[in-house]
Amino acid sequence: MAEQISKHRELGLTDAEFVLIVEKMGRQPNGVELAMFSLLWSEHCAYKHSKKLLATLPTEGPRVVMGPGENAGAVDIGNGHSIAFKVESHNHPSAVEPFQGAATGVGGILRDVIALGARPIAMLDSLRFGELDTERTRYLVDGVVRGIGHYGNSMGIPTVGGEISFEPPYELNPLVNAMCVGIARTDEMVRAAASGVGNKVVLIGSLTGRDGIGGASVLASAELEAGDSSKRPTVQIGDPFEESKVLECCQELLGEELLVSLQDLGAAGLTSSAGEMASAGGVGIDIDVALVPLREADMEPFEIMVSESQERMLAVVEPDRVDEVLAICGKWQTASAVIGEVTGSGDFRILKDGETVGEIAVDDLVDGCPLYDLDPMPPTDWIYGNRVTLREGADASEILLSLLGSPSIASKRWAYEQYDSLVGSRTVRPSGAADAAVLNIPEASRAIAVAIDGNGRRVACDPLRGTIENTLECAANLACVGAEPLGVTNCLNFGNPEKPTVAWQLTESVKGLGEACRALDLPVVGGNVSLYNETPSGPIYPTPVVGMVGELPDPASCGGEPWREGDTIALVGPINPSPAGSELSKLRGELGPGLPDFEVPEIKEAIELVREAVRSGSIRTAHDVSDGGIATAIAELAIASDLGCRVNLLPVIAQHSCNAEDSLFGEGPGGFIVAGGEAEIEHLGGHGVQAEILGTVGGDLIEVSAGEQQAKVLLIEARASFESLASRLEL
Amino acid sequence: MIWGVLQFPGSCDERDALHACTVATADLDPGGGAGGTSSSARNVGGAGGTSSSARNVVGGTPGPGPGVNLRSRLVWHEETDLSGLDGIVVPGGFSYGDYLRAGAIARFSPAMGAVAEFAADGGPVLGICNGFQVLCESGLLPGALLTNESTRFICRPGELIVGESESPWLSELETGERISIPFKHQSGRFFAPPEMLAEIEVNNQVAFRYAEGQNPNGSLNDIAGITNLAGNVLGLMPHPEHAVDPLAGTTDGLKIFRGPAGSPGLTAAAGATGG
Repeated sequence: MAEQISKHRELGLTDAEFVLIVEKMGRQPNGVELAMFSLLWSEHCAYKHSKKLLATLPTEGPRVVMGPGENAGAVDIGNGHSIAFKVESHNHPSAVEPFQGAATGVGGILRDVIALGARPIAMLDSLRFGELDTERTRYLVDGVVRGIGHYGNSMGIPTVGGEISFEPPYELNPLVNAMCVGIARTDEMVRAAASGVGNKVVLIGSLTGRDGIGGASVLASAELEAGDSSKRPTVQIGDPFEESKVLECCQELLGEELLVSLQDLGAAGLTSSAGEMASAGGVGIDIDVALVPLREADMEPFEIMVSESQERMLAVVEPDRVDEVLAICGKWQTASAVIGEVTGSGDFRILKDGETVGEIAVDDLVDGCPLYDLDPMPPTDWIYGNRVTLREGADASEILLSLLGSPSIASKRWAYEQYDSLVGSRTVRPSGAADAAVLNIPEASRAIAVAIDGNGRRVACDPLRGTIENTLECAANLACVGAEPLGVTNCLNFGNPEKPTVAWQLTESVKGLGEACRALDLPVVGGNVSLYNETPSGPIYPTPVVGMVGELPDPASCGGEPWREGDTIALVGPINPSPAGSELSKLRGELGPGLPDFEVPEIKEAIELVREAVRSGSIRTAHDVSDGGIATAIAELAIASDLGCRVNLLPVIAQHSCNAEDSLFGEGPGGFIVAGGEAEIEHLGGHGVQAEILGTVGGDLIEVSAGEQQAKVLLIEARASFESLASRLEL
Repeated sequence: MIWGVLQFPGSCDERDALHACTVATADLDPGGGAGGTSSSARNVGGAGGTSSSARNVVGGTPGPGPGVNLRSRLVWHEETDLSGLDGIVVPGGFSYGDYLRAGAIARFSPAMGAVAEFAADGGPVLGICNGFQVLCESGLLPGALLTNESTRFICRPGELIVGESESPWLSELETGERISIPFKHQSGRFFAPPEMLAEIEVNNQVAFRYAEGQNPNGSLNDIAGITNLAGNVLGLMPHPEHAVDPLAGTTDGLKIFRGPAGSPGLTAAAGATGG
């Protein structure tokens, strides 16, 4: 017993959890069973600290085709087609081995979408790193970006958007969240539930090896510690060529209607995918490990069951269709084998050459893990520290240049030019071209827009409001290209939930996500939780990353066009610019807790106004105000359009009774900078939405006046600052 | 004009290339399909990889667009019969994973054996990106493509200057003309030993050069694309198949795909070969 006790702790189970397992089984688990429990009862698989919170999110809506519980969510896009999408993290593997960690993160989320029967058509990434002044951060950034490119480019899936920011709390625990978007015919989509007693279980794809053993429990469900390079063997190695064959193979199998159900193998490998298929179908399953095609001959049964070898899918197939399935796999030169059978027993039985080596009730394994209540307690002060990087006494012009050059705001061209954004010929607005990416969907005679947002710093200041802001910003980004949101996916990246501060951040944040989604009438159709993002120096900023898919009627009339000489510039929406949580406060080392209140319905109206104005063609240029405030948003448009402007923010100061500096650089939700013909812009206001004309487009200067302060910089200087990231990374 | 677009395991741009060449020559093609919109010829649910062309071109979508020729098709890497095809495209991607060296495995594929014969008989062959690499590895074009100087994958809009070549592929373009065709590759640095490079220049085999200041990879003489001596085989690193739709920001790629059709002698020869 003593030996067994230390064994289960080593595998990440608590003593109480182990006792519960013994109770449920009515006996001691053997080694195979214990290994399986340790993975499926890990935080990563069981969501034991987050499930109760997630249950509060709205998940239903008229356009929802698949919701939480499936491999990915999906919304109806019309004409018999659906858009499947999901975001998932691969944080700890990327901290340990950035290239393979990021690459397999992309591979994993692609398989989730493939498993629905969808063809992936776009990737987005949300990345967080420490400040660029350390060599380690630059190494991580380089490795992660190369890894994402390697996998996505080789698969022929375009990476069309994303975000990268740099903040000290991510220094040792970077975040790598990847979002995949796919398209499917709605009536051809498959679920993950196994069914049909006597049906065969077929493993398709890569050979099973010893890579990634314990990834879900050891790496994903514990804090990172110093010297974690010893965990490198728990990181998997990606093979995009194999996945590309698996994708085409699965598409052909589904097209021929040969599969009953399909599931990808991700964290916890066969254990989780077979267990979850059986659980979803309310059936039992037998797997014979001797039938699994192996990379190494001498693997133990428990190793085969928990291996996280990549590029594998599990399918349930009717017995008389098995030969056809294996033949199509052969054509695509990918391995395949019948490894088991669906049973009526309700048990997950592991055999080796027909001998039982493990047997667990599916319910105990998949749904038996205890769910924990959190013990939330707000911190009494700002726990993340401050550093000053802005020269004291800097004037508005200098501040504007500093903000444009701040790595979190600066152009990410260096990164996104390493990604294929064109393959598939759907991309209408790629990364960097507009606030959201736009993809043509001729199958449904429309386009979709996709965006991903998650400002962790503002969530750290106020988890509730910060998370509402993230969700609103995502919807605002879609509005800037004329898209109406259809559904939300999310990845909740937090520290150790067993600590009261993190528990509070998580609780407030999920509450905020629910509030925002209800206010916008948006279903959360899927997501992922990544906890224990914490190192000896503390937790990361709480980072709920929100991914959103929206639709627009005509790809040819989406927003995101440059502004033109003589255009009128206006601010639309109820933004109340404040220094709280802003990029400027960060540069000044003045961050602290709290964000100002705001009215969600007012912001929703502004979002709708901008969306309709873009759709109707009355404005073609719209950009939401976020990091760096109004002056930064204006400068970004000037740089993108290669055309300066002269703008006066006095109306903002008067309307919102804020001071000059806040009107320039203060932040807050609910603001859009728009540009267009004078007549169209003048007609924008109304319907209770504020719209104030600020100035006109022209010249080679960016001139933003605000009472006693004025930011006045040459377009060429602004661009040099905005494009400075490459020189800071390529040292 | 009936096209064949090679498909290797690991190809990425084959559907885009098929879409591009059928759209580009739609009005020239008496056998074209009808109905739908031109952008509807997308493949969503179609599995790809079979030689039954219609399924790959239009499978799972609302029906063929105007002039999307149902006889134009993907050519699976194990196929050797190219009869009936008027032009061949070797598309971009990572054939067989390209883990050894770009194009090094694909040159041994059965389909490439057939393409070599097709080219020897004067049939028009276009290699894009990985296809260019495969054609160089196969010896159908001179030179080699090395890893970009930056060692990074690059994907960005870019401009080319049409070279001196008199290839039928350039029949719709003028020497010195500036066209917008996106760049997208990791191993696109054109290299040839000095004597070979001199020959390529002397023989006017340069089809495209990167516009001034836009060489993205360190290619010698800013070379972005070359032809063989006969002119019927063209390889280029930039991606004309991503430049055929106004939504993509440029349609200059159409001019390349229309080249052979605008050069009757060439297609006639190929047609005769294809039987």
